[in-house]
Amino acid sequence: MHVDPEIIRLLAFLIGVIAFAALNAAYLVWLERKEAAHIQRRIGPKEVGPFGLLQPLVDGIKLMTKQLIVPAGVDPVLFKIAPILVMVPAIMSFVTIPFSDTLVARNLDIGLLAIFAFASVNVLGLLLGAWGSRNKYAVISAARVVSQNVAYEIPMLITVVTLVMISGTMNLSKIVGLQMGGFWNWNILNLSASPLMPIAFLIFFVCMLAETNRAPFDMAEAESELVAGTFTEYSGMGFGVFFMGEYANIVIGASVATILFLGGWDCPFGLFPGVHWFLLKMYFLIFTVIWIRWTYPRTTFYGLLNLSWKILIPISFVNLILTSAMLKVF
Amino acid sequence: MSAFAESEAKETFVLNLGPQHPATHGVLRVKLTMDGEYIAEAEPVLGYIHRMHEKMGENRTWAQFLPNTGRMDYLHALAYNHGYVSVVERAAGIEVPERAEYLRVITAELNRVSSHLLWFGAFILDLGGFSPLLYAFDDREHILDLLESVTGSRLTYCYFRFGGVYNDIDDNFVPGTRAFIKRLRERMPMYHNLVTKNIILMKRLQEVGPISAEMCRKYGATGPVCRGSGINFDVRKHEPYSVYPEFDFDVPVYDQCDSMARYMVRMDEIEQSLRIIEQALDKLPEGPVMAEKVPKILKPAKGDYYHAVETARGSFGVRVVSDGTNTPYRLKLRSPTFSNLSLFGEASQGMLLPDALALMGSLDLVIPEIDR
Repeated sequence: MHVDPEIIRLLAFLIGVIAFAALNAAYLVWLERKEAAHIQRRIGPKEVGPFGLLQPLVDGIKLMTKQLIVPAGVDPVLFKIAPILVMVPAIMSFVTIPFSDTLVARNLDIGLLAIFAFASVNVLGLLLGAWGSRNKYAVISAARVVSQNVAYEIPMLITVVTLVMISGTMNLSKIVGLQMGGFWNWNILNLSASPLMPIAFLIFFVCMLAETNRAPFDMAEAESELVAGTFTEYSGMGFGVFFMGEYANIVIGASVATILFLGGWDCPFGLFPGVHWFLLKMYFLIFTVIWIRWTYPRTTFYGLLNLSWKILIPISFVNLILTSAMLKVF
Repeated sequence: MSAFAESEAKETFVLNLGPQHPATHGVLRVKLTMDGEYIAEAEPVLGYIHRMHEKMGENRTWAQFLPNTGRMDYLHALAYNHGYVSVVERAAGIEVPERAEYLRVITAELNRVSSHLLWFGAFILDLGGFSPLLYAFDDREHILDLLESVTGSRLTYCYFRFGGVYNDIDDNFVPGTRAFIKRLRERMPMYHNLVTKNIILMKRLQEVGPISAEMCRKYGATGPVCRGSGINFDVRKHEPYSVYPEFDFDVPVYDQCDSMARYMVRMDEIEQSLRIIEQALDKLPEGPVMAEKVPKILKPAKGDYYHAVETARGSFGVRVVSDGTNTPYRLKLRSPTFSNLSLFGEASQGMLLPDALALMGSLDLVIPEIDR
């Protein structure tokens, strides 16, 4: 029997991508708990397996064996479909991410566009989940998520457009390819394109925090205000899938930041580029995200919108205009 | 806030904050009428943990009520002990030895520091910062260890007795307390650097949650709430009791009226309490810790007696009416948080939900003490 190798390749990558997303989601919880414990001078999980390494597994089993409560009065279809709507786009985004020059599931020419398209579906999932569960806290949270994402996608996309202008492509592999050969070639230090590049990276990073609803922008699930925000009515794996989707989104955000600004799989000194450099940079960014969460208190909603509209959007616009001027002149 | 346009037609909905909600730190229920995320009306609903402490007091002997006092405000239990024993001593005319009064002040002030530390952690938790809670608990643990060695318990103390305290301190208490004071003094700058000077925290607290001095007078708010509104009132200074007049300490007063002012009052009070403890340890006299000849069955003379003490949350007053029998005829407890909470409805009007919760956190509510 003859099987098209393309199908085998596709299947292998699909399984690989789902495994990567799920494993990352599980072990980022472990990393988060360990890092939080370290910041707070505790030990963190240590009972299950060495250094508590089997904790995510046990947590997963616990969540899966719990009853999936569907409260009376909810919209059952929306309620059940919402976690999937958060998780699936996150996994889909992994398809376009190049981990090294050969390790990429689908090298799309519109890779960057695809990732942002999938990222927007995530918000829809949260909104539907909140609306479907008919909980006032969840609905307030959903309103916050939507306006937060609208506010933060603008500076993020303007920054990305700036980078697309510099690179002249939306193919993620090609964007990384242009940055090869040492850290002075990375976009974050590409001062000849625009002297504001390091600030652009900062804007992108802040927007990424807001997009993934991480502290200090975790307005959506502000525990002390909205109980658990969108997830208030979810139990068992319904909550678990939301949770995994959230971590998968953080991985995507860190990956995109690595690709756009930090040279992807490129080595800072031009030696042995490869997937290990990509993972190193990505996990460093994720580590920073967790670090920020356990250090800062939460901002308020209007503080967040003020930051976006009054500071981030003007700066990213200036950067865009400056970059286009530089491109035109030189 | 002016960035949002005023909408014409008001469509409001009712949001039940509590009785189980992470921000209310207990079983408080606040019925919020919300206009979007703005609070149109807030009505605290009490009674979820009412245990009839006053009625219980009228049904048992004077001494039998003593353990109840530690179970109202479980965070500053010793001050409640202090208020009740003081009023009964006033009624029965019992003289307390000086060493016992010093021990009362030392332990009550240590307890005040532990209460403020817990509030500090919980308040930052309300604002979404997780880590300071664990740091504050680390310090608080030292106080609990010290108090455990003296009183035998870690939370709901019942250490004071009519006529003194029930147990003298051991040899480790004084050096242990001095070591703790040194440690906390070294850690306070860290708290201020990490938390107080944080830009997000400053934005969330400054000029948010105003409580004017008039509002404090109207609702009878006391303690850090009124001192954050520029009213210089501290029972320890203005209606001195116990041996407080012998110590040199300041009453921190801030007149910004915002949540930050109340935060700063409490942070400064920690340092002032440490000063009091230090002076009390220096001056600690020798002698008995229990008055002699305190009758086994107490029958205070007929009359109406009142005594107020300054707790971590404000002025706690006990009024007892004695008819000359072995049980009080009437026992009335004036708890500070009840008054402090009652201004929440007026103060939170028109505020955003997160700001109102920051305001509520800055009131330092302990629910069992409101409901008694």
